[in-house]
Amino acid sequence: MSTNWFRYASPATFYPLAGTLVPWFAAGAAVLTAIGLYIGLVAAPTDFQQGDAYRIIFLHVPAAWMSMFLYVVMAGWSALALGYNTRLSAMMAQAIAPTGALMTLIALTSGAFWGRPTWGTYWAWDARMTSELILLFLYLGVIALRNAIEDPRRADRACGVLALTGVVNIPIIYFSVQWWNTLHQGATVSLTKSPAMASIMLASMLVMAFAAWFYAIAASLARVRTIIVERERGAAWIAALPEVRGAA
Amino acid sequence: MSSFFAMNGYGFYIWSAYGIAVLAIVVEILLLRSHRKAVLAQARSTPSGPAPDSVAATE
Repeated sequence: MSTNWFRYASPATFYPLAGTLVPWFAAGAAVLTAIGLYIGLVAAPTDFQQGDAYRIIFLHVPAAWMSMFLYVVMAGWSALALGYNTRLSAMMAQAIAPTGALMTLIALTSGAFWGRPTWGTYWAWDARMTSELILLFLYLGVIALRNAIEDPRRADRACGVLALTGVVNIPIIYFSVQWWNTLHQGATVSLTKSPAMASIMLASMLVMAFAAWFYAIAASLARVRTIIVERERGAAWIAALPEVRGAA
Repeated sequence: MSSFFAMNGYGFYIWSAYGIAVLAIVVEILLLRSHRKAVLAQARSTPSGPAPDSVAATE
């Protein structure tokens, strides 16, 4: 393949590419969610230990995975933006933050509604839950810092530094269940109980994880398109877009 | 069907968890749409020239 990927580092070439990709990833997310929910809520049998409450993990685990993964991706784009001063990287970091915050919020709320019937409490200041809450504050902090700085290039640098500093929280979340003896258990699904049941549970969780991936990609690409128009407005190529000219 | 929604007594927890997730996603999609509309309207009323972003970069 002789595709020159650096061509897409320019907002003007990336904008239409992202526009082509968004509906495919959105449709993929919708189809995978439907399949994942069907397997998780209908096809999978009731867990003999947790009862039906365990069905929340099909939402909780993929959201929690995505919340951490998106943070690393956001920090990666921030590092590129800080190192190479590339505008599109900073825009990608900016576009990921709200979806990352959304995934963190879903992980926290679904975890609370799972914890209440299973552990007897919605919330505990357990190492994993507390570090996941800090992750939400990091996302909200990056978004708030962005909104507080008027010059977008200065905001890029400030948010980039904050995002990179916050990366230290990711291994803390991930290893919290090993480092501290906390309420949150290590393994999510006990794969050893009954092989048939375990595999259908795992299937639902993986399908939902892919759905979360597709959704996060679609939402981030849709958002980066808006950010590109906002930040590049006045450029000739923006003015020439059919959606800007109003001819579409 | 009602037994499906009851989830053997866990219905409240399961549907609350999934309901909040669906609500949050719907809100995100609506915000994405309204922000895009606002930004496109803003771009329409901006005279063509060097992008404000690139002006800031040369300062």
